Amino acid sequence: MQGNWALAKKRSRLEQRARIVQTIRSFFIERDFLEVETPHRIPGNAPEAHIDAVPSDGWFLHTSPELCMKRLLAAGYPRLFQLCRCWRAAERGARHLPEFAMLEWYVAHCDYHLLMQQCEALLGALLPEEILTYQGRAIDLGSPWERLTVAEAFDRFGSRSLQQALREDRFDEIISLEIEPRLGIQRPTFLIEYPSELAALARRHPQRPGVAERFELYIAGLEVANAFSELTDPVEQRQRFAVEEALRRKSGKPPYPSPEPFLLELDAMPEAAGIALGLDRLVMLLTDAATIDDVVAFTPELL
Amino acid sequence: MLTCSDLRKGTKLMIDGEPHVIVQFDFTKPGKGQALYKCKLRNMITGSLFDRTYRSGESFEPAALEERDMQYLYQDETGYVFMDQKNYEQTTLTEEALGDQKYFLIDNMEVSILMFGSRAIGITLPNFVNLRVTMAEPWVKGDTAAGNNKPATVETGYNLQVPSFVEEGTLIQIDTRTGEYVTRVKE
Repeated sequence: MQGNWALAKKRSRLEQRARIVQTIRSFFIERDFLEVETPHRIPGNAPEAHIDAVPSDGWFLHTSPELCMKRLLAAGYPRLFQLCRCWRAAERGARHLPEFAMLEWYVAHCDYHLLMQQCEALLGALLPEEILTYQGRAIDLGSPWERLTVAEAFDRFGSRSLQQALREDRFDEIISLEIEPRLGIQRPTFLIEYPSELAALARRHPQRPGVAERFELYIAGLEVANAFSELTDPVEQRQRFAVEEALRRKSGKPPYPSPEPFLLELDAMPEAAGIALGLDRLVMLLTDAATIDDVVAFTPELL
Repeated sequence: MLTCSDLRKGTKLMIDGEPHVIVQFDFTKPGKGQALYKCKLRNMITGSLFDRTYRSGESFEPAALEERDMQYLYQDETGYVFMDQKNYEQTTLTEEALGDQKYFLIDNMEVSILMFGSRAIGITLPNFVNLRVTMAEPWVKGDTAAGNNKPATVETGYNLQVPSFVEEGTLIQIDTRTGEYVTRVKE
C-alpha cells in the first residue's frame, strides 16, 4: 500500500494555506489584536433558526465562537481575534464542510463600517498585487469595494423584490440561486442592510429600524464573511433569542439552554462590531480551488 | 421516506411513479439562511435529465428497486449484455442507462442489476475496479514531488488524473463511485 494519493495531491494548496494562516495572524497581531481560544464545546449556541449544532455529551459543539468572544469584549478586551474549528450539522456541499475553519474578529467602540475597511486591508495583505484570479475571472481587489443594499440586490438581480420575497418566504432561495452567483464578480461586494428580522444579533440601523447593520462579503459569487454592528441591548437580545429559539423548537430541534452569562454580561459590552469569515473559502479564492475539498487535507469522506 | 439529508449523488427516488437517480448534487445555504439541495435527476426509464432544487423539510419516496446479481458478458450493437448465473437468463442495458459506468465494466465482472418490476434499468458496480493504463505521458526523471498529477487513459477509454509516477501498462485501482484514481495495484 502506498500513501494516500487523495492526500498527496493537495500538497501545493496545503502549503499555500499554511502561509495564508501565518499572514492572517501577523495582520491582526500587528494591529494590536489579542488572539484568543475559547471552548469548542459549550452548553448551547446563540439560537438561530437555520443553524444546527452537533450535540456533544449533553452540550453542543460551537457553531461559532461569538458568545464567548463577546463576553471577553464585555470584560474589557477591545480587540480580539480567533482562528478555530466550528461545526454545523448536515452542511456538506462544494462550499460546505460540517467541520470548517472560521476566522472571527471583534473591535470595541466602532461599527460595521470599520470591519469593511479591515476586510479590504486584510485581502491587501494577503494579495499585494490586488488582482485575484479565480476560476478564469480577474477580480479587482483595489479598495473601496462595492457596497450594495439587500433591497438593491433584489431589484438588480432577483426575479422579485425584497418585500415580495419576504412575503413568499423565498428570501434565502432568491439570494442563493439568483443573487449570490452575481455578487463580487468585478470586485468584491459588501451586501449591506439586511432586514432586521434576519439578523438576530445585529444592531438596528439608527435611522431605519427596519434594517440591521449587518453585511455579508461576497467575492466571485462566494459568501466569505458575515458581520454586524453588535446588538448591545440585553432586553432586545433576550427577545430576539426567544423568537429564534421558538422557531427552532417548532421545527423539532433540540432545545438550547438560554445563554444567561452572555445575556447578563451583555449590559457591560461596549458598542462593538464583529465578523465571522470562512477561512476555507478564503483559501479557495486565494488558491483558485473549485471546491472546499481541495483546500483541507481531510474531508469527512476521507476519514 | 427519505429527507433532504439523504439526498446525494446516486440516491434513487420515486417521482410521479417513476424511478429517478440523482446524477449531480450540491448543497447550498446562505450562512444564516435555509438550506437548498440542488439536484440534477435522471429518469431511469426514459433517461431524460432535469434540474430540481429542494428545500429542507421536504420528504421523498425511495425508489423501490430490486437488485439481481448478474455477470457482465459482452457489448454488442444493442448494448451491454449481462447474465443471471442461476438461471442463465440474459438481459441487455443500453449505453444511456449505464452512463459513465460503462467505463468500469470488465468481462465476467459481477454486478447488481437494478430491476423496476421486470425491467432492468441500471446497475450497481463494485466500489473499486482495477484497470490498466493504456496512455499516459512518460515519467519525467527527477519529478519526485508527491502530489503532481497528469492525464491518463485506461483500457476502457476512460480518462482520469493520475500521479506522475504512473506509466503506460501500470494496473491502477479506480473508485467507481467518484471515478478517481486510488492506488497502483501490485502484480
